[in-house]
Amino acid sequence: MYDFDYHKPSSVADAVKLLSADPDARAISGGQTLLPALKHRLNRPTYLVDLSGIAELRGVKREGDKITVGAMTRHIEVQNSPEVKSAIPALAYMATVIGDIQVRNRGTMGGSVANNDPAADYPSAVLGLGATVVTDKRRIAADDYFQGMFTTALEPGELLVAIEFPIPEKAGYAKMRNPASRYVMAGVFVAKTKDGVRVVVNGAGPGVFRQTDMEQALSANWSPDAVAGIKQASEGLNSDIHGSAEYRAHLVSVMAKRAVTDAG
Amino acid sequence: MPEGLSGQPLRRREDARFLTGAGRYTADLEAPGALHLHVLRSPHAHARVLGIETGAARTMPGVRLVLTGVDLADAGLGPLPCPAVVRTIGPLVVPDRHALARDRVRHVGEPVACVVAETSAEARDAAEAIEVSYDPLPAAVDGRAALAPGAPQVWMQAPGNQAFRFERGDRAAVEAGFACAAHVVSLDLVNQRVHAAPIEPRAAIGRHDAATDSFDLLLSGQSVHNIREQLAGPVLGVPADRVRLSCPDVGGGFGLKNFLFPEHVLVLHAARLLGRPVRWVADGSEEFQAAVHARDLQGTARLALDAEGRFLALHADMAADLGAYCSAFGPGVPTNSISNAMGTVYAVPAVLLEVRGAFTNTLPVDAYRGAGKPEANYMMERLVDAAARRCGFDPVALRRRNLVTAFPHRSAFGITMDSGGFAEALDAVEALADRAGFAARRAESEARGKLRGLGLACFLETARGAPGEWAAVRFADNGLVDLALGTQSNGQGHETSFAQVAADRLGLPFESFRLVQADTALVARGNGHGGARSLHMGGTALVLAIEAVLGRARRLAAHLLQAAPDDLAFAAGRFAVAGTERGVDLPALARAARDPANLPDGMAPGLDAEADNPSDLITFPSGAHVAEVEVDLDTGEVALVRYQAVDDYGNLVNPLLTEGQVQGGLAQGIGQALMERVVYDPDSGQLLSASPMDYALPRASDVPPLPVRFISVPTASNPLGVKGAGQAGAIAAPPTVMLAVLDALAPLGVSALDMPATPERIWKAIHEASGGGARPPA
Ligand SMILES: Cc1cc2nc3c(=O)[nH]c(=O)nc-3n(C[C@H](O)[C@H](O)[C@H](O)COP(=O)(O)OP(=O)(O)OC[C@H]3O[C@@H](n4cnc5c(N)ncnc54)[C@H](O)[C@@H]3O)c2cc1C
Repeated sequence: MYDFDYHKPSSVADAVKLLSADPDARAISGGQTLLPALKHRLNRPTYLVDLSGIAELRGVKREGDKITVGAMTRHIEVQNSPEVKSAIPALAYMATVIGDIQVRNRGTMGGSVANNDPAADYPSAVLGLGATVVTDKRRIAADDYFQGMFTTALEPGELLVAIEFPIPEKAGYAKMRNPASRYVMAGVFVAKTKDGVRVVVNGAGPGVFRQTDMEQALSANWSPDAVAGIKQASEGLNSDIHGSAEYRAHLVSVMAKRAVTDAG
Repeated sequence: MPEGLSGQPLRRREDARFLTGAGRYTADLEAPGALHLHVLRSPHAHARVLGIETGAARTMPGVRLVLTGVDLADAGLGPLPCPAVVRTIGPLVVPDRHALARDRVRHVGEPVACVVAETSAEARDAAEAIEVSYDPLPAAVDGRAALAPGAPQVWMQAPGNQAFRFERGDRAAVEAGFACAAHVVSLDLVNQRVHAAPIEPRAAIGRHDAATDSFDLLLSGQSVHNIREQLAGPVLGVPADRVRLSCPDVGGGFGLKNFLFPEHVLVLHAARLLGRPVRWVADGSEEFQAAVHARDLQGTARLALDAEGRFLALHADMAADLGAYCSAFGPGVPTNSISNAMGTVYAVPAVLLEVRGAFTNTLPVDAYRGAGKPEANYMMERLVDAAARRCGFDPVALRRRNLVTAFPHRSAFGITMDSGGFAEALDAVEALADRAGFAARRAESEARGKLRGLGLACFLETARGAPGEWAAVRFADNGLVDLALGTQSNGQGHETSFAQVAADRLGLPFESFRLVQADTALVARGNGHGGARSLHMGGTALVLAIEAVLGRARRLAAHLLQAAPDDLAFAAGRFAVAGTERGVDLPALARAARDPANLPDGMAPGLDAEADNPSDLITFPSGAHVAEVEVDLDTGEVALVRYQAVDDYGNLVNPLLTEGQVQGGLAQGIGQALMERVVYDPDSGQLLSASPMDYALPRASDVPPLPVRFISVPTASNPLGVKGAGQAGAIAAPPTVMLAVLDALAPLGVSALDMPATPERIWKAIHEASGGGARPPA
């Protein structure tokens, strides 16, 4: 770890001021991604802006037909939230399969979605539910937000404040865990909303993406069998020591079927 | 064996310390004035070192010293020795392994330079400012490929990358066995490279006293005397008595910490140059590239059977990857250690083991829990199951037909097994396995879309490690009794088990004993940890030392009681004159023995005594295990749903600790079977499994309950009647679990599968067996 300074603001405005004052400043929320990177000296921030003192970034609210999750809401809080459990059980379930209990007690939804690790869980729900990413400056539709591996529409110094999830008719999630890290090897999030059906793949590719063949099939016939036979092309998928692109492509079909079963 | 505490499942005395965070580990220890050492490591698998520019680093804040290989050469430090003694055909090539590379680096992570600074961060900062210019070379990465013609050369003096050729056995007898066989099975097997991954990374604090030119190394290690032997003369060029090594609590080792490492040399040399203590603590992920790896044996194994299924001959032709250098016992593991266990629990009249040692551009390989025995057992059990399946024998009946049942048994390699409950264990595990009910369980799994498999395997361990051990019993002023042993605990519970042994024999309370270990200043000699040797080798030394104490005590008691020594009876810690009330207890004798006025003529003061156990006998722990797995056809994931062990470790001093040892070993064996694999990129030699994010270690949720039933067949090879339990689980689990996976996949036509049985490998095997269909027809 290199030396850095540390700030702990108590409002979004102060945090944004700090973050925009220096391009090498970094926000830290749960630290589950950033701290290992700092320890391995892969990152050299001038100072860290700790978001954990900002009350307005925390918590889950249900308003009308949407659920709003504050950026600093920890995975364990999503997992246990009565609002999430009743409105979007697939999202609560997703939180239960992130990492391990230590990671879930520290990691936050904002950190995960800001980081956009291709093997992370939440981005698939954000895109799959057509959620809106709310920042200190603007509202970004999920379709415009994710821009490939570790890349998002967030601008330097821009703070992710909350995520608004429309409540779907149905949603489901299935993930094959990486046996070592427990991140996603291949996962599929499916949702049926008033705007239609979405099928989003995570873990398998360089970023989350929609599986349009499966979306069409499910729009015509919402059943596990409708997607089970649809093959995902392996071109462009990730390949590493845990799984080839072909294996991940195969897993996409398996996880899609399971996600639809999970959605009911 | 005396009645009493021995045999009781006592909880560990050390638990309170460990569970409340009061354990003391090397990195926790204060070392006033200590500097911090950081190692700069090679990013290349193989490269010429053209130059190292350290000027900028030397002037950075806090930096006290920067060292390169040239500096160590100028200082006259010798290479790290390889004490392994192997009877090879032709020479064993032991290339110089210097603490810092000189003109060439030969694996990713090899130490190239080191910085010593006031703080760890300053040392790291300065290490980043060192510029090394490399000329990358092609890398040899895989053991078998390295031995093939045209492979990149790791060492000039080892043409074709061959470190050694080893052969043991009667070739003519084996060939005759195969010639007259009714059945022959041949398997190509890989026992993959793994990493022991103890939770506590290696760490060391080096000190040097200029007045006496003596060294002090505090380390997270497992074998202080052996490490000192390699370090003092060969590397530092000083007599061993000028080097003290000691270990505080050690957070797991599994063999990995038995060895001398370059970093030990660096902290001592730096401390000598700077006149201050020097501390080094490895990063967790540094250990994956820079400690030592294990196993890595691949080749062909063949078994010849007659028409009734009797084993006629066993032949293994293996390539052992040693990595870039010969680590301390690296060449001994795939040769001596494997050969002792070849044929395992079966009577095999003719055995031939051929091994070629290979140098590759990878981290050196050395002993890890089981060391050689997992390899011997894995190949045997895979062969036996394959033979049963291909030739139509029942796998349990085939095993039973070939088990050694008459003792002593002399193996094809001339090793005499004194005892064993092989058949008893097999019968017991077969009964517990409920094979009759398996069809119903398989059908139930199938109804849930899972393939179920049952694997049953026998195992043999040849336990001893280094022969010979030393122990002493010392009476302290405060009434406590120190038990000093040359073996070492790093979590096994020796503070408890040796106290149990001593309490029974000395008739003193369990609480009165303190364990002294892992310190060359307090322990005269010893062979440390390794090879499931502590109770067998160390316990015997302790018994001998206790007998010596009691001999002295009897003499003094006789003198004080004015009786003949032979008229005294010793019981419950008291010598009494037979048929009278007159007696004296041991603590009183210990006190009295301090005053020469109390002593008979010619008796030296004190009751303390020490003893050497000269034994080189091996014990033969064994057992039979059964596992059931469920394979998810869609993803290839394996769930280990059931496990049962039936094991013989002779007499049990503490069944609770024995069970814990077996279960810990099983968890590591399950890890090897299903998850763990060190992976280097086959072209670049970069380490791809460089942290727990990519090196899959088993978690509690990957391991089912692991019941262990003991059958105890005492051995006469030591006075306690014990056999080593420390490694057995890691030996038995890999074949047991793999046979269960193969049993599950057999209906699909899958017969070839290597460890670890990862989801992708299983999916591929299913995929290939079904001719390319994503999912085989049901
Ligand atoms: C062992 C382990 C296993 C894991 N397994 C999984 C898994 O299975 N699935 C999974 O999805 N994740 C997994 N994770 C990652 C975990 O979920 C992290 O919590 C998450 O990726 C990042 O969240 P965080 O709050 O810890 O962010 P931090 O590490 O604090 O920050 C991550 C990045 O986001 C930026 N950032 C943080 N908050 C904001 C904000 N509000 N606005 C703008 N930028 C911000 C930071 O500057 C940093 O660049 C695992 C982590 C570990 C250590």
